[in-house]
Amino acid sequence: MPGTVRSKPKLIATMFEYDFMRTAFAAGGIVALVAGAVGFFLILRNLTFAGHALSHVGFAGATGSVLIGVSALWGLLAFTLAAAVVMGLLGNRLRDRDVAVGIVLSLALGLGVLFLFLYSTSASEATTILFGNLLGVSIDTLWSLLGLSVATLLALAMISRPLLFATLEPELAEAKGVSLRFISVSFLAIVAVAVAEAAQVVGVLLVFALMVGPAAAAQRLASRLGWALILAIFLALAETWSGLALAYVTDWPTTFWIVLLSCCGYFVATAKGALDWQATTRVEP
Amino acid sequence: MDALAARCHRPSTRWLAGCAIELDRATLARGGRIVLDAVSASICPGEFVGIFGPNGSGKTTLLRALLGLPPPLSGAVRVFGRPLRRGNRMIGYLPQQRAGLADLPIRGWDFVASAWQGERWGLPLIGRRGQQQVMQAIDRVEAQALADRRLSQLSGGEVQRLLLAQALLGRPRILLLDEPLISLDPHFQQAIVALVRRIQQTEEITVLFTAHDLNPLLGVMDRVLYLANHQAVIGTVDEVVTDEVLSRLYDMPIAVYRIKDRIAVFAGHGPVEAEAHRHDV
Repeated sequence: MPGTVRSKPKLIATMFEYDFMRTAFAAGGIVALVAGAVGFFLILRNLTFAGHALSHVGFAGATGSVLIGVSALWGLLAFTLAAAVVMGLLGNRLRDRDVAVGIVLSLALGLGVLFLFLYSTSASEATTILFGNLLGVSIDTLWSLLGLSVATLLALAMISRPLLFATLEPELAEAKGVSLRFISVSFLAIVAVAVAEAAQVVGVLLVFALMVGPAAAAQRLASRLGWALILAIFLALAETWSGLALAYVTDWPTTFWIVLLSCCGYFVATAKGALDWQATTRVEP
Repeated sequence: MDALAARCHRPSTRWLAGCAIELDRATLARGGRIVLDAVSASICPGEFVGIFGPNGSGKTTLLRALLGLPPPLSGAVRVFGRPLRRGNRMIGYLPQQRAGLADLPIRGWDFVASAWQGERWGLPLIGRRGQQQVMQAIDRVEAQALADRRLSQLSGGEVQRLLLAQALLGRPRILLLDEPLISLDPHFQQAIVALVRRIQQTEEITVLFTAHDLNPLLGVMDRVLYLANHQAVIGTVDEVVTDEVLSRLYDMPIAVYRIKDRIAVFAGHGPVEAEAHRHDV
């Protein structure tokens, strides 16, 4: 930072004097809650790449909505939700269709590029959609995020029990009367909303870091299901807020810091998990 | 065949309805293809029945039909005298172990607990009664030491015991066990068979147990149910596992050899049970 030389503690202390910082902390916190919780089930269900795919489809929606003058959040949401329902209905038929899925994703990104071209906008719009801009979240968007998060968390709480059952033991769950298709479609719809929200924070390209990173780390650190879920949410929150603070201090992009912290968290947890595993297997007779 | 099927050789007075399971000219299909055609058989309460047959002969289809997944195309299937319904609490089910299950980072306890009334809406909090039931189920399969370990740290036999604990939740009267011995070493196979036998006898549960090889179950089964060519034969090992009965069922020459207390079944070209131990219908 040219000109002023300020000590870091003072910088941190001034952080909440700015409206945009307060909004960013609120928006980041709201999104992190959802991302941590949804990411936890995403990993258990082995659907992490479905989440990744949804965010790519969302790119076309986000750029398309900018073209017609609607907030990027709603375009993202429309596209991710539509894609989630299709993926849920196709279900197992999508397995081993990597090529088909990849080509549809490329088409979505290609469409996004076309929409950007037609809008003939500056590159900054594209950068915001691709890599997020938490510091630029408006009050309107904040309220939208709050509403979406409440709805998502309520829906997830409603289905979490049969979701867990159907995830761990699909055949048994089906035998007990759980509709696997309903669970699959409704969970993917929840993922779609979470992806659209997370894209506001870290952008469509890096949704993976916010949704999968904290949850993956938590599952390595805590073996109890409940603790792992709480830890996933806590890590997502801690990484987002620390990322914001670091961005404020350094002036580097928030997204970079969040992704870096997510990555570090994951590798530290993996290393610790590997050590624990060695320790427990050694005491076995 | 029908005479054999109709005979309950170990009648029990515990249940008012005579049969635990009754198939009455039931036709079962899987994926639009008829697997079992107008099959009749009845199984008594407290009986241990081994189910055998080549891949695709309908072992899994039969077990799933008893769960109503899906119900028979025609004919009737009754469980304790009542027609089929999905989610029947009387039936405990151990599905074939699917790929990826053993990689889960989930603790043994949480894995078993997920099946306790897992069909209900809301949060997966099972309450004190649920916790008691889960603990009892884990005790019954002697898996206390596995409750705190992750599935990814367990052996195939240990995961199988947790699956059995899930099947026992809610104290069912019938256990449907689909290939619980698959890909286990002989030592662990014997341990699982002995465990199931002990539970079956102390709790008077009816057990249907599918397997590729009948030898691990010899001396434990009350009767065998052989499936092949869309047909079924049920009876004691001595009645069913013979050259004549199996040749007629398979519609090809079958030779049965008894070597000490083991049995080898050969078709024209080789052992019948030597087929790939893979996921089957």
